[in-house]
Amino acid sequence: MSTTDRNRTANGDASATFDVVVIGAGIVGSAIARKLAGHELSVALLDARDDVGDGTSKANTAILHTGFDAKPGTLESRLVREGYHLLSDYAERTGIPIERTGALLVAWTDEELEALPGLKEKAERNGYDRTEIIGPAEVYRQVPHLGEGALGGLTVPDESVICTWTTNLALATDAVRRGVTLLLNRRVEAVEERGGTTVLRTTGGDVTTRWVVNAAGLGSDVIDRMFGHDRFTVTPRRGELLVYDKLARPLADKIILPVPTSRGKGVLISPTVYGNVLLGPTAEDLTDRTDTGTSEKGIAFLLEKGRKLMPELLEEEVTATYAGLRAASDHSDYVIDADARRRYVLAGGIRSTGLTAGIAIAEYVAGLAGEAGLELVPREDLPEPPRMPNLGEAFPRPYQDAARIAADPAYGRVVCFCERVTAGEIRDAFRSPIPPAGLEGLRRRTRAMNGRCQGFFCGAEVGRLLESRGACVPHENREHGGERRSPEARR
Amino acid sequence: MSTDTTPDNAGVTTLTPAVVIVGAGPSGLSAARELAPRVRGEVLVLDRESAAGGIPRHSDHPGYGIRDMRRFMSGPAYARRLVEQARAAGATIRTNATVTGWAGERTLEVTTPQGRLRVEAGAVVLATGARERPRPGRLIPGDRGRGVYTTGHLQNIVHLQHGKVGRRAVIAGAELVSWSAALTLREAGCATVLMTTEYPRPDSYALFNIGGRAFFRPRIATRTRVSRIIGKPDLRAVEIENLDTGARRIVECDTLVLTGDWIPDHELARAAGITLDPGTKGPLVDSAFRTDRPGVFAVGNLLHPVDTADIAAIDGARAARSVLAWLNGGSTPDGQVRLVAEAPFRWVTPEVIRRGDPAPARRRLLLWSDRFIPFPRVVLRQDGKVVARKRLWWPASPGRVFRVPSIMLASVNPRGGPVSIGVED
Repeated sequence: MSTTDRNRTANGDASATFDVVVIGAGIVGSAIARKLAGHELSVALLDARDDVGDGTSKANTAILHTGFDAKPGTLESRLVREGYHLLSDYAERTGIPIERTGALLVAWTDEELEALPGLKEKAERNGYDRTEIIGPAEVYRQVPHLGEGALGGLTVPDESVICTWTTNLALATDAVRRGVTLLLNRRVEAVEERGGTTVLRTTGGDVTTRWVVNAAGLGSDVIDRMFGHDRFTVTPRRGELLVYDKLARPLADKIILPVPTSRGKGVLISPTVYGNVLLGPTAEDLTDRTDTGTSEKGIAFLLEKGRKLMPELLEEEVTATYAGLRAASDHSDYVIDADARRRYVLAGGIRSTGLTAGIAIAEYVAGLAGEAGLELVPREDLPEPPRMPNLGEAFPRPYQDAARIAADPAYGRVVCFCERVTAGEIRDAFRSPIPPAGLEGLRRRTRAMNGRCQGFFCGAEVGRLLESRGACVPHENREHGGERRSPEARR
Repeated sequence: MSTDTTPDNAGVTTLTPAVVIVGAGPSGLSAARELAPRVRGEVLVLDRESAAGGIPRHSDHPGYGIRDMRRFMSGPAYARRLVEQARAAGATIRTNATVTGWAGERTLEVTTPQGRLRVEAGAVVLATGARERPRPGRLIPGDRGRGVYTTGHLQNIVHLQHGKVGRRAVIAGAELVSWSAALTLREAGCATVLMTTEYPRPDSYALFNIGGRAFFRPRIATRTRVSRIIGKPDLRAVEIENLDTGARRIVECDTLVLTGDWIPDHELARAAGITLDPGTKGPLVDSAFRTDRPGVFAVGNLLHPVDTADIAAIDGARAARSVLAWLNGGSTPDGQVRLVAEAPFRWVTPEVIRRGDPAPARRRLLLWSDRFIPFPRVVLRQDGKVVARKRLWWPASPGRVFRVPSIMLASVNPRGGPVSIGVED
């Protein structure tokens, strides 16, 4: 698809003066744009990339946190706790898949075992009182495939796994349905104050606005400096992860967390809503804000950890390796602040907890902006939130739905065999309010090509559907026993 | 033709064929061809692809049908002939039919554009084949650049979708399938600048090797692995490492084809709880192709990842007899001996031998060797004693199946312990 095509479909008119422009269409930015669009305001959601959620939001461990281990008293602690409930409710209404797997922190050393009571108390100070300290027998009863040597554990029954891609897309889609103008492919390069408005000089042209919200993730400190501040620096922290095949899922039905010690947070094993098992992440501070490659060292480290945590897991196939960059900052808390003079709000230093906290951050940002002078008049005519296509294994998917297939055969035509993605779902993705810009976007919307064969069988077909934007479902046999002759058969 | 009934309240149609075969590749279609004229009910072949024929459909070069059809034909022509034979024999082939799970011992759940099916069969033949391990499974670090393929993905693009690939390719692997990839790249106008193999020598059939080398003259780097992928959004280069010296260098390319390193598509077998062989990672079978679930059989490259298509086809044809025996109420002979591969062999199949069962297909045990041995002396041991020893006049070579005459099993004690199969230097 060409860029001009894309500009027509998902990119709105940028010539007007907006009341608010939100920079960054990740989870936090999308949630803020959605929240503000619930008021009588013209809002634009701006991103440097060609899709929403293509930065830090797409590659995290996809855990819906209770906030049990946040630093008590911080803004992060409060917003994660609030966000947990807000996102749980929102997921219910929009169909974002969540699985209430629960988590178990496992202590492998005496030092870690001794840290458990402190963690339980910390959880309570964070307003979470359902943790429980358990002995080794109970640890192995709950996770029978755990490696040898566990000394005890702390249960966190409400930690859950969620689909981070659908969360981002639901919030952005909701924002667009509320009238937000989505402006993609626009990297902010300079900021200019012009008589009560701010002009954002972007790679896709100027965008004029009265207010600006900076939710630019890895780029948030750079944008912040454009507004004359110098208060924090983002250090991209690379986290590499291994994703194991769905056949591994019975091994890990719970999130298995390390006990945080002075040496950092360590490596976790987590089920995913797609039915896989994650092992990771590494934590490596980088200077390059685009380096999402995996490294030999990182993979070796994860395998070494995994071998101890759950040796059987390493017998399974790895279906994906990826690296995400967390927007770690030199502050120990979120940096959220309004600058009334510049009509500017910063939502920076938001690390991986931003997935859980996003909606709460949006509430908080709207509050700050209101206090700083942004007029917030609630709208009466808000559309219902969107119902999102289900990517979760715990809920029915189109290939299993006989009634749906009978009504539309495209849902019975499985294109990606490993992940069981149908031609109907791929078509729907392209017809949705925010269609994918490329293969990666299609993968995040449908799971196509995310499976164990990585395209051995379906790669070419998915590629073709990408070019035709899902529209051209090939002629297929309608009669039983029929067969489409392959191209070479016609030669 | 078909045994369709009307959909039930949930919209699911139940079919009750005598035999359901999962996979319309060489082994599945050959089983269908042999079974259809001989069973009283329907023989139904299900394939998730939109066309039947399996992998040979997109291997557009000669070399197919040698041992089963006594011909020398192209992959697509071979696939067409298998489909025609199965149809002519009376089998029903349904494409775009994805088996998604089990609803009973021999009952499958299937998704098709015509609706959801429940297939209650008298016997099930799993012929789901194998695939090449993709990049993540090989744990190759680096960027996620476009232009990295397996042979299957590449050949799908070039031969079935008539799509474009790059201009300069590196092929990881120098086995039979790697040359197949090189042929496909040539057809797509992409030069193969280097082939790498971790083994000390490029290990494919000598004929192919000599012919291929004279034809392409690609450079082959032995004892070499791809250690990093460089470039995003598009592949720019790969870093390769010499396994002996540790020396690394960068090779510029816009296409990387990861060949070989086969794993069976065993998901359905595992979902059924069928015991797998840890070596092949395919179902554990006896010489009659029985799995450990009654009435469920497995054939082809699901059992031996991978042998050539003709060998897979012969499996299918031979398994037909066992399926018929099962349908006619035949029982499995008592007593079994487990066959176990010993280094340098990675696996051996069939894994279970019973007195009274048919001999393995073509009277050969199939093995996979991790080491090149010019004239291996194969040794069978049981209960601490050597029960057979034989020098073979063909090499054991990594990257292709090694065949051992099953006559060596003649002196195995059918009531004894496991039999190990190894080599003596």
